[in-house]
Amino acid sequence: MLSALKYASLLAASAFMLVPMLVILFNSLKSNDELFSGYPLALPHGLHLSNYATAWTDGNMARGFLNTGIILVVSLVGNILVASMTAYALDRFEFRGKKLVLAGFVVATLIPGITTQVAVFQIVNHLGLFNTRWSAILLFLGTDIISIYIFLQFLRGIPRELDEAAALDGANVLSIFFRIIFPLLRPAIATVCIVKGVAIYNDFFVPFLYMPKPELQTVSTSLYAFQGPYGGQWEIISAAIVIIALPSLVLFLALQRYVYNGFTSGATK
Amino acid sequence: MTVVMGRAAREARGSGSPRGGSGRARKQPLLTTLTPYLFLLVPVTLLLVFVYLPSIDLVWYGFSDYAGLGTPKWVGLANYQEVYQRPELFRAFWVSLYYMVGSVVQMVLALYLATVLSFSVRFRNLWKGIIFFPFLLNTVAIAMIFQFAFQENGTVDAVLSLVGLGSVKQQWLGNTSIVNWSMVTVSIWRYLGLNFVIFLGAIQSIPGALYEAADLDGASRWQQFRYIIFPGIKPLVALSFILSIAGSLAAFDTPYIILKGANGTQTFVIEIVQLAFVESHKVGLASALAIILLVITLIVVVGLRRLLPDEKVNLT
Repeated sequence: MLSALKYASLLAASAFMLVPMLVILFNSLKSNDELFSGYPLALPHGLHLSNYATAWTDGNMARGFLNTGIILVVSLVGNILVASMTAYALDRFEFRGKKLVLAGFVVATLIPGITTQVAVFQIVNHLGLFNTRWSAILLFLGTDIISIYIFLQFLRGIPRELDEAAALDGANVLSIFFRIIFPLLRPAIATVCIVKGVAIYNDFFVPFLYMPKPELQTVSTSLYAFQGPYGGQWEIISAAIVIIALPSLVLFLALQRYVYNGFTSGATK
Repeated sequence: MTVVMGRAAREARGSGSPRGGSGRARKQPLLTTLTPYLFLLVPVTLLLVFVYLPSIDLVWYGFSDYAGLGTPKWVGLANYQEVYQRPELFRAFWVSLYYMVGSVVQMVLALYLATVLSFSVRFRNLWKGIIFFPFLLNTVAIAMIFQFAFQENGTVDAVLSLVGLGSVKQQWLGNTSIVNWSMVTVSIWRYLGLNFVIFLGAIQSIPGALYEAADLDGASRWQQFRYIIFPGIKPLVALSFILSIAGSLAAFDTPYIILKGANGTQTFVIEIVQLAFVESHKVGLASALAIILLVITLIVVVGLRRLLPDEKVNLT
């Protein structure tokens, strides 16, 4: 009895999660007539794959993926370098102002980023970065404590003897960091890639606000642009949604364990 | 998670600390002294330019008539007076209350699902994946999935007819007394999986011996939840709840993408964006609103931190 209730509740929760997505998948395979006159839960009669072609070309989605790809790669590489170097300096060195720097990063997490956007926008504008990819790259590359924390946690598990042995062999700090420590950080780098990568790929606010120029559309803003001209054509919009959801699904299916680990360790810091 | 991480970190630190001081006593060459500063040059510059400088600017803009161009002029409390005199600007606060109620629902659901799936269940990974996956979806895609779902004869209406509840069909986006609940539902749909997976991870890190002992003592599932699971993950639930409440105040994406904040769905951030960028260029007024939002968020977060338990739990 109790067990039946348990499975019933799991089924209900799964239906709540799945049905809205499945309906969009069905939509994307229906013809316009079929979608308009039919019942949303009905399976598509044929496979109108032409919806996907229309969405891809008319929505300029190749451009969206290219822009998102560039921003994703550059800001991820930058974020990993910056955050791991910060963590290394804070964990391995004693220096004047260390407490201040640490406090600076911690207090920054108390300020909800979205509240300061009005002023951040003025700065980005003054730096001449408005409507350039650099605006998004710098903002994503930034200073969030999550990546720094992930690296700090991980660094603490790497014995200092390793640094010291290398120093005795005459290696300088840079080569100790890049040739010995950095390669050992691989699992932490994977976590940061997943957590930050998902956030960057899915973000709407930054590209919407800082890069309104059509040539700089990302996946998010290219999907957003469907809203006006394609108002009623849900088979095309649905195809675009499926195209954008596909990389997320592939990432999830391929790296399930890492994705879970990334979010459970990253999100609670 | 804090339970696990805390332990790992303590051990790691313990092994490192005896040697930590050994290098400092020697006289260091200049380059070595400078090294940490070189490492921190870029991150600290970014921190100052994109967090602290704008925070200071924001306070200053709030007292000015800045319109995005030219030099701002000091106008004292005029912007704050305007917020006070235009109650419609402050209505956004009531909108966030819907999302806060949603946060509670979200925590309860996530806790329930995590508990159920921490015991033996068939197809566990499948359930887990289905509940978590929506969290990975693109923001705009989520908004549009639900734009269709809430349409007349959209997904929601179809499901209601299917289960014989056709009579409750509604204008999910048009009816102003319902539309914010529709928006909150989207938010729960999106973030439930994250809380669920975090709670599940924490529950699974509770030593199995505790359940075995409880089973031997004849404890029911509810008793196991009440006396082992919940106390074990209480600090994590509290933290997730606080983050979720802070997120309620910062709600933006879904109501903006679906409705542009129309029909009474305007949140603080939508108001700020529209004032500063979209409809007008009242940067001063928008900054004042942002400062008010910032203060409310800090009060709520610090208040909840005081209110909710934060004691370290030791189950071993």
